[in-house]
Amino acid sequence: MYDVIIIGAGVIGSAVARFLSRYQVNACVIEREEDVCCGTSKANSAIIHAGFDAAAGSLKARLNVQGSVMMPALAEDLDVPFRRNGSLVVCMNEEDRPKLQALYENGLKNGVEGLEIIDGQRLREMEPNINPDAVAALWAPTGGIVCPFHLTIALAENANTNGVEFKLNTEVKAISPRKEGGWAVQTDKGVFDAKCIVNAAGVYADIFHNMVSGEKIHITPRRGDYCLLDRSTGGFVSHTIFQLPGALGKGVLVSPTIHGNTIVGPTAFNIEDREGINTTAEGIADLTAKAGTTVPNLPIRQVITSFAGLRAHEDGDEFLVGEVADAPGFIDCAGIESPGLSSAPAIGLEVAELLRDKLNLQENPNYVGKRKGILDPKTLSKEERTALIKEQPAYGQIICRCESVSEGEILDAIHRPLGAKSLDGVKRRTRAGMGRCQSGFCSPRVMEILARELGVSQSDITKCGGASRLIVGTAKDRV
Amino acid sequence: MKNYDIVIVGGGPAGLAAANAAYDAGARSILILERDKELGGILNQCIHNGFGLHTFKEELTGPEYAHRFAEKVYKKQIEYKLSTMVMNISPEKVVTAMNREDGLFDIQAKAIVLAMGCRERSRGALNIPGYRPAGIYSAGTAQRLVNIEGFMPGREVVILGSGDIGLIMARRMTLEGAKVKVVAELMPYSGGLKRNIVQCLNDFDIPLKLSHTVVDIEGKERVTGVTIAEVDSHNKPISGTEEHYDCDTLLLSCGLIPENELSRDMGVELNRVTNGPTVNESLETSIPGVFAAGNVLHVHDLVDFVSEEAAAAGRSAAAYVAGGPADGARNDIPVAVEGGPRYTVPCTIDPAKVGDELVVRFRVGGVMKNRFVNVYLDGDRVIHRKRPVMAPGEMEEVKLKRAMFEAHPDLSSICIKVEEA
Repeated sequence: MYDVIIIGAGVIGSAVARFLSRYQVNACVIEREEDVCCGTSKANSAIIHAGFDAAAGSLKARLNVQGSVMMPALAEDLDVPFRRNGSLVVCMNEEDRPKLQALYENGLKNGVEGLEIIDGQRLREMEPNINPDAVAALWAPTGGIVCPFHLTIALAENANTNGVEFKLNTEVKAISPRKEGGWAVQTDKGVFDAKCIVNAAGVYADIFHNMVSGEKIHITPRRGDYCLLDRSTGGFVSHTIFQLPGALGKGVLVSPTIHGNTIVGPTAFNIEDREGINTTAEGIADLTAKAGTTVPNLPIRQVITSFAGLRAHEDGDEFLVGEVADAPGFIDCAGIESPGLSSAPAIGLEVAELLRDKLNLQENPNYVGKRKGILDPKTLSKEERTALIKEQPAYGQIICRCESVSEGEILDAIHRPLGAKSLDGVKRRTRAGMGRCQSGFCSPRVMEILARELGVSQSDITKCGGASRLIVGTAKDRV
Repeated sequence: MKNYDIVIVGGGPAGLAAANAAYDAGARSILILERDKELGGILNQCIHNGFGLHTFKEELTGPEYAHRFAEKVYKKQIEYKLSTMVMNISPEKVVTAMNREDGLFDIQAKAIVLAMGCRERSRGALNIPGYRPAGIYSAGTAQRLVNIEGFMPGREVVILGSGDIGLIMARRMTLEGAKVKVVAELMPYSGGLKRNIVQCLNDFDIPLKLSHTVVDIEGKERVTGVTIAEVDSHNKPISGTEEHYDCDTLLLSCGLIPENELSRDMGVELNRVTNGPTVNESLETSIPGVFAAGNVLHVHDLVDFVSEEAAAAGRSAAAYVAGGPADGARNDIPVAVEGGPRYTVPCTIDPAKVGDELVVRFRVGGVMKNRFVNVYLDGDRVIHRKRPVMAPGEMEEVKLKRAMFEAHPDLSSICIKVEEA
């Protein structure tokens, strides 16, 4: 029997697992997909909100600000790329100034540090490509950008290294209380028992919650389309540019990513399908139009990919984090929409401490809170890089030319704890296939490496697990 | 740091032809840097025939065509490094490259020939809506999987784009046992060669739908179907014209983009139309001593012309190193266009530097019938050639003779006009 089963290996489940791993605990994360970071955590704005937006006094506000404060040290410990580039909420006309002021005051109440309202001139000095009609902006220097893949993978990897088990490709079907106490989790791979359950199932969290509680909740998948622009657009904006919510709705953000691309998004469409991550022409058109209001000459034609993610919007418009009143030992992390990524460290810490107290967990004496990421040889000097290649020649072989990813990095991604097993797994860990040719060049090469290293046939290699096979047979096999 | 007179970036058809021509022009210190594990570039996966009709007057496959050039490189003992990626080129012509054996190393070149080729436009750059499952390939990636690896990327195929690789792959997939249901083309004309439409689509009864595009991709893990629709004159899908195709594969052949990241980073000026370097009559870029040829310069239809162009670049590089006619003050006259051509290669001409003959290549922006291609030097028509049909998918050329320039000693304008008959 496990002490804790965590359902879902997104950023929230992985953060809970990582903070929980500092205690002596028999814990397991159950994930339906073949890898961690396959749901909402892989398709979002990739930003760490400063915390001025969520309503003062809300759980969202408290966890966001706390998460944002925790992020620099956490990123350092886990070797995750993170930068406080600062964010700007742009006000386009004088009539909206009271709204900007209200946002500023809300931020002060939330305890966000360094907030300032700046005038149009200073805004243009900071962001030369901003719409010249902009009259003012809210400046939040603690806003940041992070790689959501690296953050989630690092949290999971570190939890795994510290003893948390991960059951991937395992889908939870039912949860029921055991007569003897605790919970029975029925999956497609058997039944697993646990004293406590953490429900970090993203857009499915209401389904699991409602299996155990009479207090029903309801989550609406809210789709957000994004466009990612080529790295050649890097520097077009240097801060995260938000639009002040106005007549046109919430607006879209334009932000640099931590890897030097530009991201534009998201839209907001309430949908029924919890797997409905298809982009639509209307969504992309909507994005393009809205992004132009704050950043008029945005080089949107430099798009290299578009994608969509689902926010888990709960009807109460608030995070549900904590033990469910009528289901002792069942802990919700539900309704984690924006600012979920920003709040993940704080949610992880809070839930881990709740479990510590509940299960009377002791410190894990072997806990190592630091983790080394996949070595990026681009950060080395020429001499260091040559020495590395001499020792490990695979670092001398470039596989992904757009992002300059070597075979050495791909081998590391495959062989480290919770390693990559698919094309997307390699992509999220190394950026191979993430560049401007979108894996046209490197995909056959990565498939070959994966098959060789995993000891399987290339026909077993998938894009992202399940039935996403990349090849269907051999030439002329049906002729 | 090692020194070479000429470093050639890329060992595909352009790089090989440039190396051979540079050697024949007297250069001996030549190094080819190739990222793949053999010479020949993309030709190695082009196992269909039809290559070399102009150069060798016979129909070769891609690998055979490449071999003809590679063999000469071997015979001449021109140096090359395989599985070697060029990481950076400085404006001072220091080439930084990397491979498993040598690590990261620098080479000082006197002249450089850029011959990196091009890449395919991806689904992301096309912004096609829908899901992002397995089964969406650029035509060239599928070609590699089938022809080099021997794998079938899919069984039931829809192809978007009628570029030559897409057309070739329609036939290849059919011959390998797949069912190609339709080729959709956004434009009202095909982007490929007429002969490929006949031999790859018509001969196999594969329908080509012009003015159509993919408006949705279905399938959460593997492609299960796509929807195509007709587009209006602004290339916007027309509501109500949607047609659904069940398929497990979508191949994309929607244009090629010269691969100029290295050129851009070293400060070479690029042409906005071709996405290749702007070059003069010697195929020299904005950086003296740096030359470009082949698909990195502008995307070609026929490899024969790549070889021809690259040979000219190789000769120019050899002349530059030898300090011959490529030196000295220049008198660059821009090549103006009117009535159809979207660009020309070269972009400028110094009449004093023109050899016996100078080939100027260009493409037109739309299908044109019953036209003349006229070349004017200072308003005098020096070339007048009838063209019954011109299309964006077929590259055009005019050949300017040295005598034409000699007849205009104080030349100040060069113009290529496409005019109605």
